[in-house]
Amino acid sequence: MRFSFTPEQEEFRASLRRALEARSPTKEVRRLMATDDGFEREGWKKLNQELGLTALHIPEAYGGGGFGTSELAIVLEEMGRGLLCAPFFSTAVLATTAILNAGSEEEKKALLPSIAAGETTATLAFSEDSGLTDAASIAMTATPSGALYRLHGAKSFVLDGHTADLIVVLARRGGSRGDEGLSFFTVSGDSPGLSRKLLKTMDETRKLARLEFNHVEAKLLGEAGGAAAPFARTMQQAIVCLANEMVGGAERLREDSLAYVQMRMQFGRALASFQTMKHKAADMLVDVEMAKSAAYYAAAALDEGDEEMPALASLAKACASEAYLQTAIHAVQMHGGIGFTWDNDTHLWFKRAKSSEILFGDANLHREKMMQTWGERS
Amino acid sequence: MSEPTEDSVRAEARAWLQENWDPALGLVEWRKKLAASGWGVPHWPKQWYGRDLPVKFNAPIEDEFRKIGAVGVAKAGIRTLAAATILAHGTDLHKQKFLLPILTGEDTWCQLFSEPGSGSDMAGAVTRADKQGNKWVINGQKVWTTSAHKAQWGLLLARANWDVAKHKGLAYFILDMKQPGVQVHPLRQMNGHASFNQVFFTDAIVEPEFLVSEVGDGWTVATTTLMHERRGADGLRSWATASQAQGRIYEEERAEIATTMEPYKWYPQRAGRVDLVMERAKSTGKIADPIVRQEIAKLLILSKAAEWTARRARAAQEQGKPQGPEGSLGKLVSSHVARQAARVHTYLTGADALLTGEDSPMNGVIAEILVSVPATSIAGGTDEIQRNIISERVLKMPKEPSVDTNKPFKDVPRNITSRAS
Repeated sequence: MRFSFTPEQEEFRASLRRALEARSPTKEVRRLMATDDGFEREGWKKLNQELGLTALHIPEAYGGGGFGTSELAIVLEEMGRGLLCAPFFSTAVLATTAILNAGSEEEKKALLPSIAAGETTATLAFSEDSGLTDAASIAMTATPSGALYRLHGAKSFVLDGHTADLIVVLARRGGSRGDEGLSFFTVSGDSPGLSRKLLKTMDETRKLARLEFNHVEAKLLGEAGGAAAPFARTMQQAIVCLANEMVGGAERLREDSLAYVQMRMQFGRALASFQTMKHKAADMLVDVEMAKSAAYYAAAALDEGDEEMPALASLAKACASEAYLQTAIHAVQMHGGIGFTWDNDTHLWFKRAKSSEILFGDANLHREKMMQTWGERS
Repeated sequence: MSEPTEDSVRAEARAWLQENWDPALGLVEWRKKLAASGWGVPHWPKQWYGRDLPVKFNAPIEDEFRKIGAVGVAKAGIRTLAAATILAHGTDLHKQKFLLPILTGEDTWCQLFSEPGSGSDMAGAVTRADKQGNKWVINGQKVWTTSAHKAQWGLLLARANWDVAKHKGLAYFILDMKQPGVQVHPLRQMNGHASFNQVFFTDAIVEPEFLVSEVGDGWTVATTTLMHERRGADGLRSWATASQAQGRIYEEERAEIATTMEPYKWYPQRAGRVDLVMERAKSTGKIADPIVRQEIAKLLILSKAAEWTARRARAAQEQGKPQGPEGSLGKLVSSHVARQAARVHTYLTGADALLTGEDSPMNGVIAEILVSVPATSIAGGTDEIQRNIISERVLKMPKEPSVDTNKPFKDVPRNITSRAS
């Protein structure tokens, strides 16, 4: 297992950070998060094409860059740091990964090049009104209709679901249960019978939608009834990516809080000279570095096909969930009163920490998943 | 002569060992021969039992020793710190008198730094050194002294000048432990073991030539000792493994290691014994309890993330990158791991955790974990000191304003020993 980044990866991270700092200052984050779309199509397309972001981990055969999860994780860490408002996670992580895991050669050739080229935004619709993320919770049915299918039911908590050009949907054969009868389908965002409603989210930088499917025409993606395994794999990749996004945000909050207490004078001294602040800052460093170690390890483990993957992914997510939220709590506290105001930027990351904590399952769920791998009753 | 390479050094060491290694020799006899050859401490100066070789050759040379089964010089305990300090700051007299018996293992040493009133604030030592005639007279008390009851010699930090600031008034001595003015009493810990001692000085005498520093430079010398102590902390495991080979010299070495390791036999328990958790969870059936499962998972997250953080630090070091923050966190993180492990062991053990010794699970090991873990966040730098180090050295936060370093030490407030009634 590799425990450090290569010089090329370091250089990639540095250029990405420079680009995001220039293109996504918090003023821009605040402007975009207040819009319904949550991003600007032309601006995002330009940035994406310049840096080759959605192409990064798509194999070269489908028009991508052919990089691995470790590189993808670097992008996410930097986006988490900069709170970039763009449909990257939905397109590049969720939809692309699902297509790569489930799709046939022909389907990948049909769907991936326009994603890689930044022409198409996409998402994956799996959770329903329960908000659960396991296959058994899926109730939406798919009924064969000639060579196509008809989807009926509702999906919720769909990342960028109101704007995505292409929606990958997880649904089941009527009467099937659990892991059986699950298939992926693709639906165009403007399909007749599909109504999309933007949900009001606490974290305005992450847009979620509820999608109602009224007998919407859909194409099968991959093998009929065989989506359970590729879905599980997609979720593992998604939580590893999310964990990496989270440590980027946590690091940024940690640095900003440290800079603030260095600058702020109270009782005739820098706030940073008080031991109570120093010890908090040291604890924050421990939390963030530990979460980074877990997130980086999980990303490298994905690239190496580690057998313990489900547990390692859950470990990274649980660790990052606790670390990010704790860092955000400390960050507000270190800023004091101003940290509770809307004008101060701390709350933007606090809310991202909270939304990330819950998205794809909270720490309790993922700790239990770890134990299902490592703590088998014997 | 050409620059030594790993191959040339290995060949030379191997040739010498083939010529000279003899397991029939006594341990001291062999080590005298080894010290004279320079192969026992090859990184030391040629003049003093070494060969002036770069430290990087120590590992390959040790490897040659292992291959042939040869015993090395005595490395266990405080004697290594004494040798490093004497090499750096001692006089030729000190080197002549002390280095060889350190290498042969004939002399045992102890470190007389910590006091009941100064642990983290070690430069606040109040043990007195007063000059009477040409001798130094020592009065006071030291604590947490490993091997003091066996030691011939002690490395002593004491205050020789009370009219200057605290770091400036210290002197560093080599003290003869076997004299009437030195009394050693075991210090019993909350886990029942007595791994350390308290040392009392009542007019103990130090001959003038055994002053290592000038008065005022004692803190600088102590810093050398402490630096080697920190560096050696990871070495504990490597010298704890004795060869299982047969022969007189091996038996003598095993006895030496057993004696030196005796105080540390509870150390695995103080780290929390994460290795026992899964087995205990299964054998107790608690693995089915959803709350316990959560706590075990929290422990696994901590211990694995701690391991990976250490690996990141090592990888950066191996690539010659500047040390990142991940290299300074290990000590503090080990406290978190130990505490969470103790919590889990309690949940797994239930009412049996009320018991100890042979009445308790694993013949007392679990009970010993529960009452040994509190040492982890204190020994070798408390969690609070670790947080100061991280915040000041890594995060570059300012020090707290100092109230004791800019005035004569005699004016610095000391512990309040009795409460006003």
